[in-house]
Amino acid sequence: MRNVIIIGSGPAGYTAAIYAARANLEPLMFAGDEVGGQLMTTTDVDNYPGFPDGIQGPDLMTAMRKQAERVGAEIVSEMVDAVDLSSRPFKVTVGDETHETETVIISTGASAKRLGLESEKALYGRGVSACATCDGFFFKGKDVVVVGGGDSAMEESNFLTRFANHVTILVRKDVLKASPIMQDRAKSNKKISFEWNVDVVEVLGAEEGKVTGVMLKDTKTGDKREMKTDGIFVAIGHTPNTEIFKGQLSLDGRGYIVTSGGPSTEIDGVYAAGDVQDSRYRQAVTAAGSGCEAALDAQRFIEEHEG
Amino acid sequence: MALEFTDENFEKEVLQAENVVLVDFWAPWCGPCKVLGPTIDELAEEYKGKGVKIGKMNVDENQTVPGQFGIMSIPTLIFFKDGKPQDQVVGAQPKEKLAEKLDTFAS
Repeated sequence: MRNVIIIGSGPAGYTAAIYAARANLEPLMFAGDEVGGQLMTTTDVDNYPGFPDGIQGPDLMTAMRKQAERVGAEIVSEMVDAVDLSSRPFKVTVGDETHETETVIISTGASAKRLGLESEKALYGRGVSACATCDGFFFKGKDVVVVGGGDSAMEESNFLTRFANHVTILVRKDVLKASPIMQDRAKSNKKISFEWNVDVVEVLGAEEGKVTGVMLKDTKTGDKREMKTDGIFVAIGHTPNTEIFKGQLSLDGRGYIVTSGGPSTEIDGVYAAGDVQDSRYRQAVTAAGSGCEAALDAQRFIEEHEG
Repeated sequence: MALEFTDENFEKEVLQAENVVLVDFWAPWCGPCKVLGPTIDELAEEYKGKGVKIGKMNVDENQTVPGQFGIMSIPTLIFFKDGKPQDQVVGAQPKEKLAEKLDTFAS
């Protein structure tokens, strides 16, 4: 029987692990398949407080993990397959092992959305990329497109100009969602241009075995046209990772876990922290704060139910 | 620890090998590659002496072989048997999935 099981390993999960470990709760964390979360595929993190020169996303996550391990958190790189929150103790199933626990902290975050096209799937890794920081290197001197209009799309585009000849940002509307500072950076980058009011309806290049272009559809006129490109990076947002909680916890219309007063779900002893329950802020620092709240609430819950 | 494959030793270590070889194409600046790294090292230990060779190739330091295999995304894992590519996976994978594939090819 565990005191705390933490599901997920981004800033929310690691911070919860640090606090729970220091409260002598001996937390067990299942880090999942995307260990370290969304920050593992970013580069410069300039807005996490405490780093006057910024810090690389993966370095920040490695540091958080090391800190959690140093204070005594047990971290396992496995994926939780199922949970049973219908009664206490709660049950968490990983492979063929089921763990019982007094409290659960859900910090499974969100995963990058794909376009959802068959043609995208077919050329995944052959010009269709889910990780600009991993794959930008292979597009030296080439032309690429980035799909999206938010901060991620701006950041990836700027990053890709280090390698690419040219980056075209394909935006569905005629305005960007990105923050002003990120918009300015992208707009003043000479290697970046924008195409407005377009949807990508197909990724071309199946016969050649690699991306040769994209088929665009004008969202206002419906007209289609081909655009040549060597690579396509999709940065259209994230969906919360809440599949295994369906039917057990309330989810809102977009799949986010419904919480109140911070990390509390409708089940006492079950907490949700970070992006998995936050569609409004979604920052590393708000996730970390949320993870801390969850651990403190879990600690209080355990103390109240002792003996 | 996983072996290190290079442009120089690839012919001998992978293409002329008689057993199953798993090659992990990676780079130090790639987050998911770093996440996968320890898994590859663990598999290398577990499959020692079982007719399976496991190693990594740093695409920053080796340009020829990755170019020959059209690597455009990392991490990319290629499973070789008798020197021929049998399967290719892109992106970090859970250990069980990789072990399953290795068992299929090794048998």
